[in-house]
Amino acid sequence: MPAARTWWLAAAAACAFLLALVGATGALLVAGGEGGPDPALTREASIVAAAFITLAACALVFSAVRTLYFRYPRAALRMAEEVDTLVGNSRARIGEHAAPEFAALGRAVNKLATARQALEGDVAARIAEARASVEAERGRLAALMADLEQSVVVCNLDGRVLLYNQRARQELSSGSETGGAELLGLGRSIYTVFDRALIAHALERLQQAGGEHGGSAQFVTATRAGRLLRAHMSPVLAGEGGEGSAITGFVLILDDITATHERNARRDALIQSLTEGGRGPLGNIRAAAETLSDFGDMAPEQRERFLGVIRDEARALSQHLDRAAAAFSDDLRERWLLEEMLGAEFVAVAMHRIAGDSGLAVKSEQVDESLWLRIDSFGLLQALAFLAARLRDEYGEREVREVRLSLTRGGRLAQLDLAWTGTSMNNETAMIWQMDAMRTGNEASTLSVADVVQRCNGEIWFQRERVSHRAYFRILLPAADAPRPRPAGQPARRGSRPEFYDFDLFRGSAGNHALDERPLQELAYTVFDTETTGLSPSEGDEIIQIGATRIVNRRLLHHECLDQLVDPRRPLSKESIAVHGITPDLLVGQPTIDTVLPAFHAFCADTVLVAHNAAFDMRFLELKEARLGLRFDQPVLDTMLLSAVLHPNQESHRLEAIAERFGVSVIGRHTALGDAIVTAEVFLKMLPLLAEMGITTLREAREACEKTYHARLRY
Amino acid sequence: MTKKILIADDEQNIVISLEFLLSREGFQTVVAQDGEEALARARAERPDLVLLDVMMPKMNGFDVCQALRADPDLAGLRILMLTAKGRETEVSKGLGLGADAYMTKPFSTRELVEKVRALLGM
Repeated sequence: MPAARTWWLAAAAACAFLLALVGATGALLVAGGEGGPDPALTREASIVAAAFITLAACALVFSAVRTLYFRYPRAALRMAEEVDTLVGNSRARIGEHAAPEFAALGRAVNKLATARQALEGDVAARIAEARASVEAERGRLAALMADLEQSVVVCNLDGRVLLYNQRARQELSSGSETGGAELLGLGRSIYTVFDRALIAHALERLQQAGGEHGGSAQFVTATRAGRLLRAHMSPVLAGEGGEGSAITGFVLILDDITATHERNARRDALIQSLTEGGRGPLGNIRAAAETLSDFGDMAPEQRERFLGVIRDEARALSQHLDRAAAAFSDDLRERWLLEEMLGAEFVAVAMHRIAGDSGLAVKSEQVDESLWLRIDSFGLLQALAFLAARLRDEYGEREVREVRLSLTRGGRLAQLDLAWTGTSMNNETAMIWQMDAMRTGNEASTLSVADVVQRCNGEIWFQRERVSHRAYFRILLPAADAPRPRPAGQPARRGSRPEFYDFDLFRGSAGNHALDERPLQELAYTVFDTETTGLSPSEGDEIIQIGATRIVNRRLLHHECLDQLVDPRRPLSKESIAVHGITPDLLVGQPTIDTVLPAFHAFCADTVLVAHNAAFDMRFLELKEARLGLRFDQPVLDTMLLSAVLHPNQESHRLEAIAERFGVSVIGRHTALGDAIVTAEVFLKMLPLLAEMGITTLREAREACEKTYHARLRY
Repeated sequence: MTKKILIADDEQNIVISLEFLLSREGFQTVVAQDGEEALARARAERPDLVLLDVMMPKMNGFDVCQALRADPDLAGLRILMLTAKGRETEVSKGLGLGADAYMTKPFSTRELVEKVRALLGM
């Protein structure tokens, strides 16, 4: 820096000196000319000389300044540009600079650039490494999940499926006539498979357990195919956080326990018949034998009677044993998995439930905090809520203001009372309440209160205390031992999460906004097509094939599709066979629309329907709605109309034409599934183009469609 | 004064023994074959004690027990229930509904007689 300043100072000094010289020479010439012998001549000569000297001086100064300018200010600008390039491209370098200062600066910047380039390479390598390890981890997880004997399903709190394994798909789909594609899929609701109330109840228990007693919940339920599944539910927690982390979803591990269950139930029944069934006959034998021996003086005919009893009963008992050994008794009562639960916890949940369902005030009276129960908590809660609701319906809140729950211990039994004061019904009514199938709110059950209590190996009765005007239902239940603490080596206390859940599965968990304002990109779609016997649904034409596929998160799920032929129960016309190529013999033995449409309805539950020329297909569906008790009331998008929105000046909006325009290759045209897949691919290509036009939400897309000419066509 | 005992059981083979045993012990016995008959006989005969089986046709032992206890005319009646199942919940239910004692089959005839005597304060 000092060197540069010196240069500038030197240049300025030289300029000043030259200017002074030129000025002095001029002045001298002019002054000399006035007193000279030939003033005119001398004056001219001196002016020329002065001009010459001035020019020479200017040239000299110009050249000096120019050289300096290129070496310094211009060089700085050039270097700035070079650094700009370097920012964008780390392989670029600063070029040679004449001035030693800039040359030095350039070298320093280049060194920095080299260091940065190395760093970038390093980061890239690390990223590649991390990605490879994530991939490997995913591969391992996938392999593990595929090999698992159990079914695994991971859902977010809305019940949307985020992950499932093949086993789960097989197990939960079996027994459905259409291959079960409609039941389990990514982004689908788990509630198409399981009862919503059941899952909600298990979740509630998870949340209440708060980790103290294991942090997981179990329940047993039946699939559509009639298999019994034991479900183990554990929470998925947000973040890595400690105790306070919120539950963002749940993992269901399902075991088919039908076989074990049947075996256990048979064994139970056998044991029961041996113990309980033997008591009666044995009692008779014993009484007779003891009487015989105690009263040796009895008359011979008396004696013969008692011996007869013993022979009789002994024979009956042998037969009973034979039957029991055969073991396959016909009327095996289904016995359900009972789970251990802290009694006080159950009372707390029950109070909440009764208050919510019946609106009655609920208090707890005496609750033994140390008491554990072995119960079907779901059923028992339903039973209590049902009884309270009947009580309210019968007498209203004016006569029965509040109910009280108490839970006390009596030896190995727990005594659970639902009590109230005031009016109460007679025993017959109470008996009817116990025997009726339960119905609370919108939940209906095929079981009665008595069934549930029996399932818990308990007893229930109704009793009144006249003096105190107090009445109660008393449920006696076997008390359970407190569960043993979990053995060491079990995975993960609450708060830390196992490594292989390292996907960001839960980011997409959207709340229940109205679909209308949701971005098109985020919605789940069912894209479908039908083949029919003709073009006039209102004149009796019928569906003969339905094909459908799904789009979730802008991804076409090729493996989650529905492809089903339908017996139309009417002849096919030659013209239609020419279009779809489905001949009558292909339809023999296929299910009718009465079974296929409910399956399709389940398949497209909670999604937006997409079809090409949707009005046509929807008309076929709508005509069946009333008879089958279904409603296809979800939003519908039509690729034909969307095409008209995007390309208003094109002549044809037929599927082939659009597919060609969007570069989608057409395979299997005029099979329902083939067309559905083409439609889906076209639809996916449309989404970004619609976004460019400012159409990003479902509502905007529908409004745009309604404005096109084609939307006015009706079938 | 002879005490009167109502035997309510539909199983003839136990009734034979109970009837013989109790009359030999000096009691007067009355027999009922089902729940409804048991209730009727209890009201008509005013026994001092009922031997009440749980599993009976028409009306089970629990219902009979509850009905007997609801009848103020039968206030002094003692009830001894007999069961062939022997579940704890069942026993507790019987006692909860007002039975004085409970015996599970098979039982010792001697213990039965002792229990009957104890209940009758003899």
